[in-house]
Amino acid sequence: MSAAGGVPRYDCIVIGAGHNGLACAALLARAGRGVLVLEAAERIGGAAATREFFPGYRVSAGAHLLHSLSADLRRDLRLDSHGLAAAATHMPTTSLLQGLAPLRIDAQGAGAEAGAYADYEARMRRFAGALAPALERTPPRLGAGRLSDRIELLRLGLRLRRLGRRDLRELLRIGGMNAFDWLNENFGSEPLKGALAFDAVLGTNFGPRSPGTVLTLLYRLAGQRIAGDAGLWQPVGGMGAVCAALAGAASAAGAVVRTATPVERVWIEGDRAVGVVLADGARIGAGTVISSADPKTTLLRLVGARHLDTDFVRRTTHFRARGLAAKLHLALDGVPRFAGLDADGLGGRLLIAPSMRYIEHAYDHAKYGEFSREPVLEITVPSVNDGTLAPPGKHVLSAILQYAPYAAGGGWDLQRPRLLKSAIDSMARFAPGLESQIVAAELLTPPDLERELRITGGHWHHGDLAFDQFFFVRPVPGATQYRSPVAGLFLCGAGSHPGGGVMGIAGRNAAREVLQGRG
Amino acid sequence: MSARTAPRREHDAIIVGAGHNGLVAACYLARAGLDVLVLERNPFVGGAAVSRRLYGEFTYSNCSYVCSLLRPEIIRALELPKFGLQIIPYEGGCTMMRDGGHLALYDNHDALRREIGRHSKRDAEAYERYSRDVMRQCKFIKPMLMREPPDPTSFKPRDIAELLFLARRFHGLGERRMADTLRFWTMSAADFLDEYFESEIVKAHFAGSSIIGTALGPRSPGTAYVLLHHYMGDIDDTVGAWGFARGGMGAISNALAASFGASGGRIRADAPVARILVKGGRTRGVVLEDGEELAARLVLSNLDVRRTFLRTMDPQDLPPDFLRQVRNFKIRGSSGKLNIALDGLPRFPAIPPESPCTRGDMHVTDTIEMMERAYDDWKDGRWSRAPYIDMLIPSQIDPTMAPNGKHYMSVFVQYCPYELAEGPWNDTRRRAFGDTVIETIARHSPGFKDLILHAEIRTPWDIENEVGLTEGNIFQGELTMDQLLFNRPIPGYAQYRTPVAGVYLCGSSAHPGGGVMGAPGANAARAVLRDLGRKAAA
Repeated sequence: MSAAGGVPRYDCIVIGAGHNGLACAALLARAGRGVLVLEAAERIGGAAATREFFPGYRVSAGAHLLHSLSADLRRDLRLDSHGLAAAATHMPTTSLLQGLAPLRIDAQGAGAEAGAYADYEARMRRFAGALAPALERTPPRLGAGRLSDRIELLRLGLRLRRLGRRDLRELLRIGGMNAFDWLNENFGSEPLKGALAFDAVLGTNFGPRSPGTVLTLLYRLAGQRIAGDAGLWQPVGGMGAVCAALAGAASAAGAVVRTATPVERVWIEGDRAVGVVLADGARIGAGTVISSADPKTTLLRLVGARHLDTDFVRRTTHFRARGLAAKLHLALDGVPRFAGLDADGLGGRLLIAPSMRYIEHAYDHAKYGEFSREPVLEITVPSVNDGTLAPPGKHVLSAILQYAPYAAGGGWDLQRPRLLKSAIDSMARFAPGLESQIVAAELLTPPDLERELRITGGHWHHGDLAFDQFFFVRPVPGATQYRSPVAGLFLCGAGSHPGGGVMGIAGRNAAREVLQGRG
Repeated sequence: MSARTAPRREHDAIIVGAGHNGLVAACYLARAGLDVLVLERNPFVGGAAVSRRLYGEFTYSNCSYVCSLLRPEIIRALELPKFGLQIIPYEGGCTMMRDGGHLALYDNHDALRREIGRHSKRDAEAYERYSRDVMRQCKFIKPMLMREPPDPTSFKPRDIAELLFLARRFHGLGERRMADTLRFWTMSAADFLDEYFESEIVKAHFAGSSIIGTALGPRSPGTAYVLLHHYMGDIDDTVGAWGFARGGMGAISNALAASFGASGGRIRADAPVARILVKGGRTRGVVLEDGEELAARLVLSNLDVRRTFLRTMDPQDLPPDFLRQVRNFKIRGSSGKLNIALDGLPRFPAIPPESPCTRGDMHVTDTIEMMERAYDDWKDGRWSRAPYIDMLIPSQIDPTMAPNGKHYMSVFVQYCPYELAEGPWNDTRRRAFGDTVIETIARHSPGFKDLILHAEIRTPWDIENEVGLTEGNIFQGELTMDQLLFNRPIPGYAQYRTPVAGVYLCGSSAHPGGGVMGAPGANAARAVLRDLGRKAAA
């Protein structure tokens, strides 16, 4: 840090101490830059945080499982030496089924259709493997005359061609398809298709029948490749441990992390970002400002329309970023008893997504600002694997409730208790007596997540993952490659390529772009 | 399959099915000097572009009902006006809401703009931007309609050259326009229209063409493309214009048949093809259902890809992987149709009297949500309880369609499933479906029911049975991303050729897809001629 004329000055200011902001800060600091991270909340972590929601009970308040955290990032920043450890790895997925034994899906297979599943799995792995490098790199810029962009595009084309003709044709076909048709082509079992379709729609604004859901499924699988195929895993101490380790790495490299310091706006002089203005009016200068806030917050609020051209503002306004998932936390005074589930299963991921039709119906409700009485759920009981999260003998349950609309008819104050009841009733059908075990419950709807996580729309991918908001057009033309129309201002959040999930790639790529200095 | 008689004469080409694409292909081949025979299962030609007399002196365009997409190049090359084709542009149109509100449509841009302004000033401004953007995309896509899509996995010079052509065109758009093109191809109509308009009726009006014939709702990604697909027509060089064929849609088929006849081609109706014959990986001709064998060097199938390969060919003649892909081809029917003979002109109180708004297509819909809910019904195996309706009264403009003072009304209905959850289609269910539609219209037109003299009710099941379109899908295959361009109908077989030498696809299952466009037929003919080392006659 240096101070000139009373204004403190850093090489780089990172706005937001979520996992991407911290990853970016750590890498910049390691490269010798003076880095300041400013976080509005009292604590770091953003959507990857552990929070006590009831005395003695702690839970991953946003994302609750890891499956795509970059293995390279974890190694390069030595996150394990900064305290990141696994409480469980390769967690199995079990689909809960009414009147039937639960269906377990793991590396060993998937129930009756083990053969078909093995073929499917192998093919999807090949596709994901071909796409994974594209997720890890800065995407080429559309229409740019730059040689590096053309080379990048060519590399991508060649890598896809290496799949071989048969696979490439299949990938080009299914890339635009819906999960419903694709899974029907592969399997007969409704429970299996339901469980696999769940991964295609989790965190999206789609149902299984929406075209584009094979892409979101491949995206998830490619993310798993980036993570070195560790499968689903759960860090000791909850998701907050990821950000704690990242913050540790950043601090060790000399970065300064300040919490409870909301940025009011990006300080722009001429056409260039020269620092930030804090909520209390204080200014901090910087050579480069990197924002991990969502694109709308960064561009429309922290920069402001008056610094941007109309067409760009229109595109940013239209960036679709309304979350469709809610988060449910339960404090339980005992271990929940899911019928037919062994201890290993209970320590894994449980789904209530018994068929594609069930999921589609839940989605249908959400289209009209309603929610289904039969919700789609991803349930974990993290305290089974990690005793630090609840008092001895007690447990926490963390669930993602897919298809909770941002704008609920009648308002969320009216609907929240109803949705909570639906979710609990739905789980209690599989875990008799669950209601009586509940000590405390918390339901975070998309507007709650918006408020708590400061993400416009409460979408934890910062914006829909869909063709027109993906890859070289994410988030919008004019703000791709982690740059913004304002010189000196970069983006490093999930609103940029490759998007959401606790991956850390957006932060890492942004740091690389800043260091290459091709502003 | 045993042959009744030994083949006597070998035709250069046999075309299976006298739909409009089969006839277009036939015309081009005959004009290039080939000896071409067209075989049609029904006693009449036209496939789904027909004019039928099913009640009194009324003429029904009982399947397809409007003319717009038919490529002007084809109309000119095949001299269709000379052979009797006359297209009369719409004079207006309207969209009617349940609450009595309406959006009137005028072909005059400024008048339409003013009308949109009546619903929302902002939307009137946005309409300028919308029409400019849509036209820009149409101009971008149009040159691709009459070309063979390249195989992106191929290293053949032709494919690479074609890929480069597309890449250059795309690249030439610049970053923002490229992003817009990507948006058009992949977004949902609802999201897309939300970016322009605020008024529900304006959005619902434009969303109509995004769902017609489509097994998707307006909120499904990919429907913005379907919207565009319906904009790609032009009449007398007016892009996006729609019109009536004088004498009904059969007039198009009749003009094609006449043009074909004038080039020396021959059509045999009532000649259902049972099998396409294959020997040693090459076609030898076809055998009819009555056992008659007809020899030909080339066979062009105007049937959809499922029907061609699963019903008229021996699976043993086809690679197993190809067969699997054919079975996976998505061809769900989603549309119904009513053809109604009316005792007089129905009244629509919402529409100003004497306005041109009944002299074009009239839509019944309120909101995108209503259309989406109509789609939800279809997904669950029901016809829409509140369907989207696109209706026309062509007899107002074309007096040949109905007796004096009486009228013919074509009613297109979205959505109607091929298979009902409650059981197979039967007369009771068909009538109930018809009643749903008639009740919907009657809400906007007092006394409508009393005017009905006769109504033909067609479900996707009926359309399959009469016209031979699998599952009653009007596009011979869904227009989704996985089934467009180089993926249509099957990746690796998007260039009209098939795994069997001498067998070609010339129907809407092939690029660029359905609608009475004629492009697949013309493109297939061009592929055949190139394989024969000949050039198409101008």
